[in-house]
Amino acid sequence: MSRFASIEGLFYLAAIIAIVASLKVVTGKNTVHALLYLVISLLAVAVCFYLMGAPFAAGLEVIVYAGAILVLFVFAVMMFGLGIDEMHNAPQSKGLSLWAGPAFLGSLLLVELIFVIDNSELALQLNNQVVDAKQVGILLYGPYLLAVEISSFLLLAGLVAGYHYAKPEHRGGRL
Amino acid sequence: MTVIPLTHILILSSLLFIIGFVGVVVRRNTLFMLMSLEVMLNAVGIAFIGAGSVWQEADGQIMFMLILTLAAAEVAVGLALLIRMQRRYRTLDIDVLNQMKG
Repeated sequence: MSRFASIEGLFYLAAIIAIVASLKVVTGKNTVHALLYLVISLLAVAVCFYLMGAPFAAGLEVIVYAGAILVLFVFAVMMFGLGIDEMHNAPQSKGLSLWAGPAFLGSLLLVELIFVIDNSELALQLNNQVVDAKQVGILLYGPYLLAVEISSFLLLAGLVAGYHYAKPEHRGGRL
Repeated sequence: MTVIPLTHILILSSLLFIIGFVGVVVRRNTLFMLMSLEVMLNAVGIAFIGAGSVWQEADGQIMFMLILTLAAAEVAVGLALLIRMQRRYRTLDIDVLNQMKG
């Protein structure tokens, strides 16, 4: 097996994708395009997790981060109505070039994932080193039970604060 | 025991953390600062998962899940604050908030 087609090589490729996408997030001008690159960065990190032998964490990264938190971001951006900002910073009709970058990086990640799943030797190598969801669950509801409770309180606090701050000022008076 | 060396995982993690940190410090648009914060939290998650997989312990993944919860709560509060700011000042520029009055 060549050096590139090993787990390490695939990890480095995903890491480079994550770094490039994060750089594009930080240096971006248009918020929606930066969000697109942020999704790519999170997916690349999820592939890294998978290659490190943590498929449960990879799934959580895709579902919670890329699926829920980023959608929250998109909702908020749409609510801000940054129309003027978008007009300034996004050329109206550049055709392919706007989404070609994220699409290229995303398809690279897809090819990588399919390659890992398809290659039985790599899959076997990955299976040997996996820390599966069962171990995580046993530990989570054993020694870490208090941390779970505390994080539920944290989420409740986030819910209350989010409701309070985003509420229109004229309605409801003081909280 | 993963085949990826721990040093390389930590290098990736610190690179992403530095990128996010520079983003938080340099950008003036608060939305971009929040996104950079996400990148930073993600980088910490990589360090935890990497350490957990090197020592074959599930603790790293549990810490990652706690970070995930933290990120969700932080984004909810941060975006609500930004909505309030956009309503009040009609801008997301952080420099508008340096007056400490009202």
